Amino acid sequence: MTMRKLFTLDEIKKSLLVALWFMVLTFPILAVRVNPIYKVVEWRWHNLLMVGIGAFLLSFPWRYFQGHGKPPEKSAAAENQALKNSKILLWRRHPWVRLCAVVLATGLVLSFPFLFSSYQVNIMTTALIYVVLGLGLNIVVGLAGLLDLGYVAFYAVGAYSYALLHLHFGLSFWLCLPIGAGLAALFGILLGFPVLRLRGDYLAIVTLGFGEIIRLVLENWNEFSQGPSGISNIPRPGLPGIEMSLNASSIFLYFLMIALTLFTILVVSRLRDSRIGRAWLALREDEIACQAMGIDKTRTKLTAFALGATWAGMGGVMFAAKTTFINPASFTFLESAIILSIVVLGGMGSMLGVILSAFILILVPEYLRAFSEYRMLIFGAVLVIMMVFRPQGLISNVRHRYRFEGLKTPPEELG
Amino acid sequence: MLRINHIHTFYGNIEALKGISLDIAEGEIITLIGANGAGKSTTLMSICGVVPPRRGEIYFRGTPIHDMATDKIVALGICQVPEGRRIFPILSVMENLEMGSYLRRDPQGIKSDLDYVFDLFPILAQRRHQAGGTLSGGEQQMLAISRALMARPKLLLLDEPSLGLAPLIIQQIFEIIVKINRENRTTIFLVEQNANLALKIAHRGYVMENGIITLSDTAANLLGNEAVKKAYLGI
Ligand SMILES: Nc1ncnc2c1ncn2[C@@H]1O[C@H](COP(=O)(O)OP(=O)(O)OP(=O)(O)O)[C@@H](O)[C@H]1O
Ligand SMILES: [Mg+2]
Repeated sequence: MTMRKLFTLDEIKKSLLVALWFMVLTFPILAVRVNPIYKVVEWRWHNLLMVGIGAFLLSFPWRYFQGHGKPPEKSAAAENQALKNSKILLWRRHPWVRLCAVVLATGLVLSFPFLFSSYQVNIMTTALIYVVLGLGLNIVVGLAGLLDLGYVAFYAVGAYSYALLHLHFGLSFWLCLPIGAGLAALFGILLGFPVLRLRGDYLAIVTLGFGEIIRLVLENWNEFSQGPSGISNIPRPGLPGIEMSLNASSIFLYFLMIALTLFTILVVSRLRDSRIGRAWLALREDEIACQAMGIDKTRTKLTAFALGATWAGMGGVMFAAKTTFINPASFTFLESAIILSIVVLGGMGSMLGVILSAFILILVPEYLRAFSEYRMLIFGAVLVIMMVFRPQGLISNVRHRYRFEGLKTPPEELG
Repeated sequence: MLRINHIHTFYGNIEALKGISLDIAEGEIITLIGANGAGKSTTLMSICGVVPPRRGEIYFRGTPIHDMATDKIVALGICQVPEGRRIFPILSVMENLEMGSYLRRDPQGIKSDLDYVFDLFPILAQRRHQAGGTLSGGEQQMLAISRALMARPKLLLLDEPSLGLAPLIIQQIFEIIVKINRENRTTIFLVEQNANLALKIAHRGYVMENGIITLSDTAANLLGNEAVKKAYLGI
């Protein structure tokens, strides 16, 4: 859409409709106010007028940029070529740029806890936990294409493993980290078995149910999990023989999280390029063809589920160690939804995208606390705008570009 | 090499195969012809274990395979080129071929088989980095056959390789099927609608109607058979 075409009669008509629509939508909240003291209804027409004018004006740049967001249709080959030549990629490939970026990032990461307050360090640790969770779920959703809405269950398994094993047996953090990961993987396999035959929507619903079951069990089985009151006094991780202040231990946790994140990145990128990673991609494409190639459908999917769950388990142990208190309220469906948003927003399957979007989705609401009540509104608006302008995610996986072309059934197959 | 003994295969309550028996000897090209919905594809799916038979037996070189998992059957050396090609659209040609050799652990052998299929279909070598979904129909069929060959099968099951292709390309693909059979002694079980061409390259053929085998004979005899001529050759 060019500038000139933006202000035709048609476009103005469209904008008027948009304005009207917004006025209708916001009418109950912005125009009507019931005054309970005098028992009268106040009509605030000027508010409605402002909404109308605002929506009318904003709809022009909105449409303008939306037109720009969608590139004209190109053949896959041309698109691939364009992509290869695109500035970002060239820029990312340049060795000097890479070196500088690595040095800069390392410096920033290492000096961060010493430059900023422990409040900032804590927020950053939380964000890193979500990076790990996002990368873990990315295995299941982004690589294997299995829509898992109950990912938080495995996170809870990890957190409760540490909390309970410490409470009853006094096991240390270092022992609980692998145990929590292993238990979460076990739960992943347990859930995986019955749901393997399901696809898409059905799988989503079953995993959603599974997530809720775990939470409800934790909430109601008092003897086991201490119910809604949760478990407190979970120790932070330490090193034997070293007494750490609160501040020092949160810095220690930060570095631990950095290490875990790097480990995750390493493993997930190796997995993606491995045999099993290729099998996940292929399985997402065509199950029958995969079977004909001798791929064990069940085992391949189970592996994805279990591996994804493993990272959630580790994230959960970290979470319990960081907050020192957990209860079932930390593991609601909203949590699964946020982690899934991280994956989708990042661009399914792209690791850099997932990492970026984890930071955005966790840090933005945190720093918007100053705007208290508008915080979630802004957050929601950012998400909507993001999905309208970049439906493929922050960093789209190059492979996905072929998708639409590729899935079109060639006409001769219909005969 | 492959012996099918009275198999019955069901989709839910629908009996798609009603007691089928057939025999394939080592090194043969066998064709199975029949109308739409006769159960040809289902026969292949039953052999591969994707839709296992409910009754009856299948033996591959003496090993019962009727209740084996698909990946085990493929590991024994049976590979299918499914109907409609079913290549992986977002994977490149190379990656598609790699998927074919998924179960193999001999890099050297894989390498030489890769050279072999590129020799059979030079166009694929040119397109090796192109996404599978962007290939033409004919190229996709070549890729599907090559992908199956990468598993180095002893028995190759082909489901309607001529589907939707121009006569010239069909000719070319059939020549290559014969070549694969001659050069590697790969046994081939060919399901076809194009009965005329299929019977010309096959040694023996079976005719199928509504889930049962109605005729079986040498390919030459079937080509001369009046009933076959009328129903499948359009003469
Ligand atoms: N997945 C399925 N579910 C239910 N019924 C099926 C399924 N696949 C095939 N059938 C039925 O089984 C019968 C045999 O189908 P099949 O695909 O084997 O036929 P075909 O001989 O391969 O036909 P065509 O030449 O059209 O490919 C048909 O009646 C079909 O409707
Ligand atoms: Mg068929």
